[in-house]
Amino acid sequence: MRVTELFQRGEFVITAEVGPPKGFHVGHLMEEANNYLKGRVTAVNVTDNQSSVMRLGSLATCKALLDEGLTPICQLTCRDRNRMALQTEVLSAAMFGIENLLLLTGDHTSLGDNPQSKPVFDLDSVSLIHAVKKLEEGEDLGGNKLVGDPPKFAKGAVVSACSDSVDVQLAKMEAKVRAGAEYFQTQAVFQPEMFIKFMEKAKGFGVPVMLGVIIPKSARMASYMNANVAGINVPQEILDELNKDPEKTKAGITGVEIAARIVKECKAYCQGLHIMALGWESKVPDLLAQAGM
Amino acid sequence: MLITQLKSKDTIESLAKAKTVIINCHGCKEVYFPEHEAAELQKELVENGNISEIITTDYICNPEHQALQLKKHMAKIDSADTVLVFSCGVGVQTTAQSLADKRVYAGCDTYPLPGFQGVTPLEFDCGQCGECYLNYTGGICPITACSKSLVNGQCGGSKNGKCEVDKDMECGWERIYRKLEALNKLDTLGYPAKIRDFNHPDAD
Repeated sequence: MRVTELFQRGEFVITAEVGPPKGFHVGHLMEEANNYLKGRVTAVNVTDNQSSVMRLGSLATCKALLDEGLTPICQLTCRDRNRMALQTEVLSAAMFGIENLLLLTGDHTSLGDNPQSKPVFDLDSVSLIHAVKKLEEGEDLGGNKLVGDPPKFAKGAVVSACSDSVDVQLAKMEAKVRAGAEYFQTQAVFQPEMFIKFMEKAKGFGVPVMLGVIIPKSARMASYMNANVAGINVPQEILDELNKDPEKTKAGITGVEIAARIVKECKAYCQGLHIMALGWESKVPDLLAQAGM
Repeated sequence: MLITQLKSKDTIESLAKAKTVIINCHGCKEVYFPEHEAAELQKELVENGNISEIITTDYICNPEHQALQLKKHMAKIDSADTVLVFSCGVGVQTTAQSLADKRVYAGCDTYPLPGFQGVTPLEFDCGQCGECYLNYTGGICPITACSKSLVNGQCGGSKNGKCEVDKDMECGWERIYRKLEALNKLDTLGYPAKIRDFNHPDAD
């Protein structure tokens, strides 16, 4: 099932992100997905060497989730593969019956745990979206015909709604739409007013946007994101809230309250919700309940 | 050594549609410049009527030297809409920076050849990619100014205008966007997805 079909029907789509393990044992990930995500979210979004940290592959994890009866969204970044390998990966996804893709440029290799790696970036998010669209039209980037029926995907992309350079991000979003992006998920939002302002401009592109949320685990984590993660700015009031009752924050109660509040403030302005639980998949049911989903 | 090759006639004609000053950079022994072809083409451009001046000089990659060379032509440059530069990618970038309020376009693509690459100021770097992007990017090279050499816009890693790889480095696409914004040329970014061509010798 492609998430674009749901958007077309006017459904509010909910996805949750999972990160494959550093290793090949997926038992824990499957358990979490089955216990906390199955039946609650529309699709599970699997990261591709997130933050440039080498892990089990997105495609293999997606296949395992599909076998468990979940709908996977396969993330694909341009950091580790040239255009040949990227197109191969897309065809492999089609063969497995994976119909949802999220196409990104990817973090630079120097930020991760194998910083000596060659950063590839043969394509970028925009040209990767274009490449997938061409495959859907039965041709590869070299102009060579595919054999048999072409694949069909829901082609997703990302945008930083609360970026300090939101106009530059909107220009990139527009380029992605031109290339064929059919839905967007945003970087984590902690400033609903900025998100709503962003949506006023983004809605002109006519593509569904999913609000990105992170359940903040601690004030320390939030401060770290402020200092180091692009497109995220956790306001002082939220930092104070996380600092107020350390036990409550540690138990995840404060974080869930904050995330649920953000969802409630923003949901009327967007078409879906993307939860980045970052290991707190167990909190997703509470978050959805409190947000009235 | 570098080789500069003229962009297609159609491309160059489209760049010189408005009132244009041409700057040719000759004389650098490290760059092979197609002097004859450039002169022929520029003759045709002059006949089309939009060229107000052709300046042929040398070492425009050196901003101070360039300023001296251009001094006596500044009246013509000031009254032109466009400055079309026939040089390696460094010369186009120095010109785009020194003539900040002008639309500065590249008439050439730059390819590398093994050997000494000439002496250029370190702050300007030409990726010698053979498909010069400077005409789309306000004279700021996305191959060398962006850590990922992205050609379709800013990634999600820029924070406070700085690059995710080096917090002391300005995000190249932030610079490109702000330059085009100042030139009132943001529509330049409305191009279809660009895909680099690595099928030429010495592409990195």
